[in-house]
Amino acid sequence: MTATSLTSSQGAGRAGDKIFSGAALAAGCLILAVLFGVALFLVVQAIPAFVAPAEDIQGGEGFFSYIWPIVIGTLIAAVIALVIATPVAIGVALFISHFAPRQLASGLGYVVDLLAAIPSVVYGAWGAAVLAKEITPVYNWLADNMGWLPIFAGPASATGKTILTAGIVLAVMVLPIITSLTREIFLQTPKLHEEAALALGATRWEMIKMTVLPFARPGIISAVMLGLGRALGETMAVALVLSSGALTASLIQSGNQTIAAEIALNFPEASGLKVSTLIAAGLVLFVITLAVNMVARWIIGRHKEFSGAN
Amino acid sequence: MSKRIDVKDLNVYYGDFLAVEDVSISIEAKSVTAFIGPSGCGKSTFLRTINRMHEVLPGARVEGEVLLDGDNLYGPGVDPVTVRSQIGMVFQRPNPFPTMSIRDNVLAGVKLNNQKISKGEADALLERSLRGANLWNEVKDRLGKPGSGLSGGQQQRLCIARAIAVEPQVILMDEPCSALDPISTLAVEDLINELKDEYTVVIVTHNMQQAARVSDRTAFFNIAGTGKPGKLIEYAETSTIFNNPAQKSTEDYVSGRFG
Repeated sequence: MTATSLTSSQGAGRAGDKIFSGAALAAGCLILAVLFGVALFLVVQAIPAFVAPAEDIQGGEGFFSYIWPIVIGTLIAAVIALVIATPVAIGVALFISHFAPRQLASGLGYVVDLLAAIPSVVYGAWGAAVLAKEITPVYNWLADNMGWLPIFAGPASATGKTILTAGIVLAVMVLPIITSLTREIFLQTPKLHEEAALALGATRWEMIKMTVLPFARPGIISAVMLGLGRALGETMAVALVLSSGALTASLIQSGNQTIAAEIALNFPEASGLKVSTLIAAGLVLFVITLAVNMVARWIIGRHKEFSGAN
Repeated sequence: MSKRIDVKDLNVYYGDFLAVEDVSISIEAKSVTAFIGPSGCGKSTFLRTINRMHEVLPGARVEGEVLLDGDNLYGPGVDPVTVRSQIGMVFQRPNPFPTMSIRDNVLAGVKLNNQKISKGEADALLERSLRGANLWNEVKDRLGKPGSGLSGGQQQRLCIARAIAVEPQVILMDEPCSALDPISTLAVEDLINELKDEYTVVIVTHNMQQAARVSDRTAFFNIAGTGKPGKLIEYAETSTIFNNPAQKSTEDYVSGRFG
């Protein structure tokens, strides 16, 4: 018998280890490189728009005056989408994970996943052709009865192609994303904790409040942020549905615009400084998304001690 | 504040599979009753029928009667939620709510069903429950910290405090020490001894020395083979079960010849 040296490290297993760790490192670096590349491209291409004289930018009052109305428009559309989609998505996910009979639950889960696979242009076409028309009576009613609220100030758009319609279409689009993710997280709630709540005499809803929702909280936030990412960046549906215009407080009049739709609609015919302006708008969208994600991370991290991970 | 339990001809099913067959047993108030037997013999399954936790699993059902001081828990119109608030349970692995502080864990059951409780009452109940679980001195300075930060034995005693805070009639314990070290086990066993002054305690255990140490009466469950239902073989004073059992299989089990 020969003594094996402790320092030698040969054998196929070792090589596999090295290849795998190398591949994982490369993949990680690639992500960073791509992100950095995108950021670099945006900044370099956008600089002309930042330094150009104010009167050369579209609108003639400088880049800031150009960008801030569409930043607000983007946020309005995304917030409408999330306000509508989040409660519905959590409700649907809870129904699938904790209330529906098993057979119905799997069928329903499949349908929701299918909803996520529909191309956004189809949603856009539906929003423009069907929803906008059908929803005008509702807008008229809102204008008549709740017009004292600035966001429902009349007269309502006759075509229904408003930021609220766009927000509703976006809500339908982000709904399956949030539903799928939160459902998976709800299903991962430890049975041990659910049983602890039930054994204390909790009803099903109390059990969900005590164990499922707190356990899923970080996951819900992540899911909403992914939905928000889609809503912020969605182009086609907004471009088709929204009859864009200047920033308007009323959600039921035509007007407002989002960054993504602004870029999509103007890029094909743009040249020179106009291209730089649009890319600068893209940079702003990039920064907004980044900021939103960082805030979400911070919210999730704030309650780490109580996350149950320890 | 404690009630007796009488089980009559209880059959427990998982779907069509009969897991526990024809159990009849009477459990005295203010006593500790231990269920022992080999793995898979249905003792935990049977325990979970006493507070209607069995039916939480899909397809699970029972036939027969479980009487709590004469009231059938499986009678028509009986709400399992009410049953569970009267019959508390401590599980195999400590399961404090990870998102709640120690204080909120203890008060979790009390705040159910929209019950309002003043801060003074809550503080008093918190201290009483934690003292009752022999945990007060260890945690009184960190009641706002998460329950999941305690040691395993402390977590299990926190779960016991949570169970007694709702002032149940009966406390069921499903192998409460199987995930604990010997010191923590001793602490929980001491606690069980104190609990029987006020509560009816039923404990499932794999540890025969533990059954001998803590229980007044012992029930031995066994199973004829895989796929066969578990049965109650013998139920008697603990000293009888361990020193002078009537059944051959009980003697084989407690003397370590099988299982």
